[in-house]
Amino acid sequence: MTAALVRALGDFDLAEEVVQDSLVAALENWPEEGIPDKPGAWLMTTARRRAIDILRRDRRYREKLALLERSDMRSDPTEADDRLRLIFTCCHPALSPEAQVALTLRAVAGFTTAEIASAFLVAEATVAQRIVRAKRKIVDAHIPYRVPEGSDLSGRLDGVLSVLYLMFNEGYLSRGAQVAMRRDLADDALWLTSLVSTLMPDQPEVIGLQALMKLNLARSAARFDSAGEMVLLPDQDRSLWDHSAIADGVALLEWAGAMRASGPYQIQAAIAALHSEAPSWADTDWHQIVVLYDALVRMADSPVVRLNRAVALSHFAAPEIALGEVNDLAIALSGYHLFHATRADLLDQLGEPVLAREARRRALDLCQNPAERSLLERKLRD
Amino acid sequence: MKYVLLFVGSSEDQDAWEKLPKEQLAAAYERAGKWFEEHSKAGKIVGSAELQGPSTATTVRIKNGKPMVTDGPYIEAKEIVGGFAIVEVKDLDEALAMAKTWPAGAVEVRPVVDHSND
Repeated sequence: MTAALVRALGDFDLAEEVVQDSLVAALENWPEEGIPDKPGAWLMTTARRRAIDILRRDRRYREKLALLERSDMRSDPTEADDRLRLIFTCCHPALSPEAQVALTLRAVAGFTTAEIASAFLVAEATVAQRIVRAKRKIVDAHIPYRVPEGSDLSGRLDGVLSVLYLMFNEGYLSRGAQVAMRRDLADDALWLTSLVSTLMPDQPEVIGLQALMKLNLARSAARFDSAGEMVLLPDQDRSLWDHSAIADGVALLEWAGAMRASGPYQIQAAIAALHSEAPSWADTDWHQIVVLYDALVRMADSPVVRLNRAVALSHFAAPEIALGEVNDLAIALSGYHLFHATRADLLDQLGEPVLAREARRRALDLCQNPAERSLLERKLRD
Repeated sequence: MKYVLLFVGSSEDQDAWEKLPKEQLAAAYERAGKWFEEHSKAGKIVGSAELQGPSTATTVRIKNGKPMVTDGPYIEAKEIVGGFAIVEVKDLDEALAMAKTWPAGAVEVRPVVDHSND
């Protein structure tokens, strides 16, 4: 709804204000009068009336008032289009990646600047400034408000998906002990991705990303114990996994697969599905996972992908072979705590406890996340 | 909406350019010429210039309240502006589409200030 109003008013701030006002009005009205048949339409009409009131009172906005009264504001089909336009505009490559994330969370997912700041551990003033600058750049450089077409679309869609994946990982990995008032970033990233997949149903990578997020979130309940300590995949109580969410994730992946256009997100989702469908760690199909990582290396090679492949390999190949592959990544991943943690685990398997401790200490030096640090510290104490 | 497309490169690019054998240089100019021709036909080019090398530049600054003239370009020698085009297009995406097909290096795209309502 915000998107349609942004389009009609050409003004983010006014659009947000009237949306907020219409929601407050709903909270005041609906308990007494009952929820209307078409709540979306009620909210839209209320928001428009409010916008007209505000614009009437402010002489500076006279031209915008004319625009609003003339504009054809049918909801639903144009609203869906508007939301997609808004997402693509917020994720335009002319904006910095941090600005893309902040703007998408603010304008599409309705996060406050305080919520964005707490999710990404930056100062609120920094977030506010990023958003103001991004909005200014959209206006000054004339970044168009539309869904890209033709040869532009796939590159731009990749950009949108990487913003959504970044948001998801931030929410997913940072989740430690639940903090009462914190917005759930990972859930909102999933919601945004499902919004995009609803609006662009012929794009298998969007569905693939949605499946990946859904499958990862399905394991949430098992990821932390009652003391708030992190529990890794091998040790998780699989009865705590949300098996209906897993089934949904697998169904999404099959739907994407039917379009016969594989991609990195679909492959990562397939790997997650293999983990999620295994009744236990020991029963995991590691050979198939390595095959999938081979495909991922061909499609989207990176040192981290190769590291993950080596971990999967270590489950059926000799640990020396896996360690050899991991060591090849030493230069690229020297600053990555999971590289050192992986080396530590493999060195343990090879009966090298002293070298393992050294590697684990290096991992600890490089690790920020409190739950991961606690896990490494526990292993060092054992 | 007017934008300036600044054709930029590193000082290594500039050196490589100056050392190109005649035929390759001619071919590079031809590619650039074709780019200009294509976009002029579409009515998008408002103006343009190829600049002579940075060694021909002179910069005027104000120092201690007085204008000071120095030899050389304003920006550090590592980055060089080779030329520019002023284009008139619908929006940033159209300017970026033009910049993506420029055959001779990086392009900075900046909107021109519109003073028409001053």
